[in-house]
Amino acid sequence: MRKLALLLTLAATLLPGQITFDRIVNANKEPQNWLTYSGTPLSQRHSLLTQITPLNVKNLELQWIFQSQSLEKFEATPLVVDGVLYTVQAPNDVVAMDAETGRIFWVSPYAPSPEARVCCGRVNRGLAILGDTLFMGTIDGHLIALDAKTGHAIWNVTVAKAEAGYSIMHAPLVVKDKVIVGTAGGEYGIRGFLAAYDAKTGKEAWRFNTIPGPGESGHETWAGDSWMHGGASVWVTGSYDPQLNLTYWGIGNPGPDWNSDTREGANLYSDSVVALDADTGKLKWYFQFSPHDDFDYDSVQVPVLADMEWKGKIRRVMLWANRNGFYYVLDRATGEFLQGKPFAKVTWTTGLDDSGHPVRVVSANPSREGTLVYPGVQGATNWFSPSYSPHTGLFYINTWENYSSVFNKLPGDFVEGRRYTGGAPRSPVPSLRATQVINRTEEEGYGVVRAYDPKTGMRKWEFKMADVTGSGVLTTASDLLFTGGREGYFWALDARTGTELWRTNLGGPVDSGPMTYSLNGRQYVSISAGNSLFTFALRQ
Amino acid sequence: MKRLLCLQLVAAGTLLAQHSFTQVDIEDGGRLFRANCAVCHGAEGNQVPGIDLAHGKFRRAKTDEDIVAIMRNGIPGTAMPPTNFNDSVALTVVAYLRTMAAATATTTSGGDPTRGKAIYEGKGNCVSCHRIRGTGSRSGPDLSDVGVYRLAGELERSITEPDAEILPQNRHFRGITKDGATITGTLLNEDKYAIQILDSKDRLVSVKRASLKEFTFTTDKSTMPSYKDKLTHQELSDLVSYLASLNGVEVKGGEAR
Repeated sequence: MRKLALLLTLAATLLPGQITFDRIVNANKEPQNWLTYSGTPLSQRHSLLTQITPLNVKNLELQWIFQSQSLEKFEATPLVVDGVLYTVQAPNDVVAMDAETGRIFWVSPYAPSPEARVCCGRVNRGLAILGDTLFMGTIDGHLIALDAKTGHAIWNVTVAKAEAGYSIMHAPLVVKDKVIVGTAGGEYGIRGFLAAYDAKTGKEAWRFNTIPGPGESGHETWAGDSWMHGGASVWVTGSYDPQLNLTYWGIGNPGPDWNSDTREGANLYSDSVVALDADTGKLKWYFQFSPHDDFDYDSVQVPVLADMEWKGKIRRVMLWANRNGFYYVLDRATGEFLQGKPFAKVTWTTGLDDSGHPVRVVSANPSREGTLVYPGVQGATNWFSPSYSPHTGLFYINTWENYSSVFNKLPGDFVEGRRYTGGAPRSPVPSLRATQVINRTEEEGYGVVRAYDPKTGMRKWEFKMADVTGSGVLTTASDLLFTGGREGYFWALDARTGTELWRTNLGGPVDSGPMTYSLNGRQYVSISAGNSLFTFALRQ
Repeated sequence: MKRLLCLQLVAAGTLLAQHSFTQVDIEDGGRLFRANCAVCHGAEGNQVPGIDLAHGKFRRAKTDEDIVAIMRNGIPGTAMPPTNFNDSVALTVVAYLRTMAAATATTTSGGDPTRGKAIYEGKGNCVSCHRIRGTGSRSGPDLSDVGVYRLAGELERSITEPDAEILPQNRHFRGITKDGATITGTLLNEDKYAIQILDSKDRLVSVKRASLKEFTFTTDKSTMPSYKDKLTHQELSDLVSYLASLNGVEVKGGEAR
């Protein structure tokens, strides 16, 4: 009888198209699919598919292209669910297509409010799925549930007001029966928050203010009224540890970005990672990478969760390459700082103390006339995903090296819905858009993939590019690494050595994370570049 | 001669059909009409005194181009504002206006949407084929926002005469594979090599044409039965009024704390 019940449960969980949370947690058991933004809730962007190997990767060939009808950057990572690929045509049109051919099943258009205001592109980074419902955050601050079979909206909630500068770019994170999203808009004087919504109804289940209000612990880290418009956005998807039942999110910069005169204090939880109870949204611990930030060093990174031997015992760690130029290893149960090392040129600090806090260089602070600082305003890395391969034990970081900005400090008053940044940094490397021609020296900034052994902190190899990169990194269990760059190349590297094994020119900057899936016995690799999505497989 | 005919028709106060339009034009125009024009003119186009858009009754327009010009430029000194439509966009609205007479011709009126909802869920058993905001079957069209793109007259006709008009997005696919299996579903998209459908088991599948022995897209025979003799006149009115009230999902929530 028990066996029958088990079988019935299995049958229910294996119903095609029905993505249970159990399937999401165990996404590694079905590597043919790609069920979350980063592949699994641990966010390693690592696939167990092994059909494409270092030996045969030279036989990759283009299978299909999806050209979006959008001139915005194509930042979404697709989901693949049992042969159907879902992605977002910027800003917020959801597209379902046949993963084998790229032919479209349906397009669900969305017209954002004209009130939507975004600092850095009318973009979207992807979707979440639970059951047969897709979830998308929009640039005008809504969270929308869509029927995954037809694209019809099921519910639509206003997470926060677009006219006040709130927006949502990242793919939501599903935990159990809830959908978690956070708000962006830190350049418009928002007060950020994370919120969980009931997946069936859209009803808000909990909310965590990324800037504590009066009476809440951490509120004292903001002088005067600065907490009301202090930013602390959420720009990228968080992670989830099913054993600890904690969800982890990177929090953005304090505002105004480059003029901190009005916000004396550490400005919690800006530039931090927060660990929240996934059922209640209560804070379990936090770690602030850049207290009282003056440089826009958001912690806009995907928290990468891994279990590894650490000084003789297995530890549940979190790997984090931060925009501030350091990469960190934290204990993800407690938030304990285990290690932190620079992975690019850094001049704003002389280094981290024993507790992981940066020792500031006062002369490096933004000034009226401008101060040259490394890394520059976009950081040593940014929102694009790193990867951790349990197979190689290495952590792979797409890095902007030798990258600097001149940070000037300007007055800035808060006006709702207007930019609130207190400066305008300048850099030899354009911040958000690739140029079609580059003519910089290596000293003026370049992109590089760097592989670190998180246990020793040693760099194992690097792969330099001419231009910088907006691409994430994908690794596979066959020890391949896929990534791209602004110059338009998409590469396959040997994940153990960094040796280039294959490349193709996609003709436009890569501003997204690669992902992989398989269908009918064939492994595919997808990457968007320019305004299109490209899918590759081995020549048959 | 053509000019003469034109003048005669103008004299008769009738809108001259100058352009031919596709179903897509009509639907696009309908959306634009409801979003931009219906606020003042009403959903049935007769809310401004002396003007009945559905029946070609205009104060100033004689030709399609006149209507386009009014939409683009507005009428100075009146409440009719200019729009940002270009000519081809404005023509889709004209396309819609020309089909409105049929769309607004209802025998039902004064229905009660609450009672209509009960009929939808109960006696009509509409949920066995249709879906609204995530509830119901996907075998027929999703009706979550059917009131946005169909007027009462069209809804009524679809219920009583389902075969009268099948929109391209609601065409039914039926194919027999070379090994004898039958595949059915809703046609979503097609190309030279494959046909994309939502099949009868709610799977999005791309059926390779080479795998099919034969197939059809049904354009003139709906899978829906007629409810002409199954509902009373009042029930039909109620159901139509419920369906006409469906305008997509309601936006909820909304204050940052």
